[in-house]
Amino acid sequence: MKLVIAIIKPFKLDEVKEALSQVGIEGMTVTEVKGFGRQKGHTEIYRGSEYTVDFLPKVKIELAVSDEQVGKVVEAIAKGAKTGKIGDGKIFVLPLEDVLRIRTDERGDSAI
Amino acid sequence: MKLRFRPVAGLVKIAGLLAVFAIILPFLGQEAVAATVPAAPAAPVIDAAALSSMRTGIDTVWVLVAAMLVFWMNAGFALVESGLCRSKNCVNILTKNFIVFAASTISFWVIGWGVMFGDGNAWLGTSGTFFVSGADNSPALGEAYAAMNPFSTAKYAGVYSAINWTPVPLWAKFFFQLVFAGTAATIVSGAVAERIKFGAFLIFSFVLVALVYPVSGHWIWGGGILGMTPTETGITSFFGNFRDFAGSTVVHSVGGWAALAGVIVLGPRLGKYKDGKVKAIPGHNMTSAALGVLILWLGWFGFNPGSTMAAMDGSAISHILVATNMAAATASLSALVTAWLILKKPDASMVLNGCLAGLVAITAPCAFVTITSSAIIGLISGVLVVLAVFFFDKLKLDDPVGALAVHLCNGVFGTLALGRFYNTEIAKNVAALDTGLTPTAQTIQQFKGIVLVGAVVFPLSLLVWYILKATMGIRVSAEEETEGLDVGEHGNEAYPDFSIVHK
Repeated sequence: MKLVIAIIKPFKLDEVKEALSQVGIEGMTVTEVKGFGRQKGHTEIYRGSEYTVDFLPKVKIELAVSDEQVGKVVEAIAKGAKTGKIGDGKIFVLPLEDVLRIRTDERGDSAI
Repeated sequence: MKLRFRPVAGLVKIAGLLAVFAIILPFLGQEAVAATVPAAPAAPVIDAAALSSMRTGIDTVWVLVAAMLVFWMNAGFALVESGLCRSKNCVNILTKNFIVFAASTISFWVIGWGVMFGDGNAWLGTSGTFFVSGADNSPALGEAYAAMNPFSTAKYAGVYSAINWTPVPLWAKFFFQLVFAGTAATIVSGAVAERIKFGAFLIFSFVLVALVYPVSGHWIWGGGILGMTPTETGITSFFGNFRDFAGSTVVHSVGGWAALAGVIVLGPRLGKYKDGKVKAIPGHNMTSAALGVLILWLGWFGFNPGSTMAAMDGSAISHILVATNMAAATASLSALVTAWLILKKPDASMVLNGCLAGLVAITAPCAFVTITSSAIIGLISGVLVVLAVFFFDKLKLDDPVGALAVHLCNGVFGTLALGRFYNTEIAKNVAALDTGLTPTAQTIQQFKGIVLVGAVVFPLSLLVWYILKATMGIRVSAEEETEGLDVGEHGNEAYPDFSIVHK
């Protein structure tokens, strides 16, 4: 099992969700986050004085997937989130030790 | 199917009713004619008392409606100021703006009105000082103002003779003047925002409306040294003939001077000026700021045209309303262009300040200048306000909402512009306050008045701020300022269920 964490542009969330449901993903967790990578922040002007916006708003998606699904899932996220411009984000894949579905006590792959 | 029939049934009923009316109406008409015919030849009797009270009623309604519009400017100020500040101080600013009118009401009732409009000397009102309790037979008019209500022969007898030119009852005069005093106090609120102790601000507001605002107000509108006709000798021959129709100086620059004193004594917000650089502290809600300015723009249609304090034949209030709107329009545009040229972007908050600058600047001259002149005055004030925002930042005078640039700078400019653009015909017909001076001579009198008001209101305000600083302290702790005054001063937040990542 793998845990997939993707940081994407907020306005790409719908497309990513669409692409993921096409490859059979049934659940995910989404968080609004802030951060920067190579894109860095930018400066804005308010009443004649500049200020920098260092941390840009992004969306973080987390989802647990089986080893067979992970390739398709990563591909789907990348397809949905890509604009080709700087700041498109990153996808991290981590090994996942165990999963427990609280309602039924199922464990492992069947709990995903 | 049933449904389909219903409208038809309805139509039939309506048609039926119409038919009944059509049959009855001619008879009703005939009856009416029959009843009036015998009375017609008699000469109409003009009841002067009835006409007089009707005239007073119309004028009073106009004054009160205008006053209500000015009252509503409190909402405008609350929205502008809270919008241009950070969300962590929103409750504090709203509470300040809310309570300031309550404080003004008490102050102005207890003593403010009496000091401002009571008969007295060139410097202070000394009769009927407390609780608006002096003798007054309003709506009777002063000797020289018969034209204000030609149906009345009653002559004014009382102690508030400086305002006996308006044909409305005493409480209408009081309320109209009260909302103006409240406006002056509100101006201070924005300039000292995000760092002042709530209690200190509240006490300052009481003092300002009780003792500072009415003094300079007496000089200009209360028959004092500035508004009076100059005498042959003495200091009253130097001043006088100063004109300020609706309060560029009386309200706005007085509020501005008091605010400037507060800003100096308080110091800038933490982190505003760092390493010799100005750091922007963006406001949290431009929607509320924009709505606030629109409310103020509307409120100004009461502020300026209402200052006629009589509806009369409607020509004066129409001229003043259009002049007011014209200045707001040209100032909004010129501030927009100035910000666009200097900052490369049409900064929204500068456009909002620009509109207010035009309104402040036209407040004194609106009844003394042509419509074209008011457009020019607005145009200049819009440029001036943007430059003034930069200027005050250069001096490290931190004014979160631009109150100094809007009210002080343009209050002074508008008062001077009255002289420069002075038009005798309009001064006679619209303001009915012609001085007979040339524009240059008028400008000199305006300048003297501005200097006198500044030279007294500014140090007096400084004194009050310093006394407050020494006794109760006027600035919140650095820790409270960082956390926000909402929690520190009021114990709650404006948006408790919104998550805000950085304060």
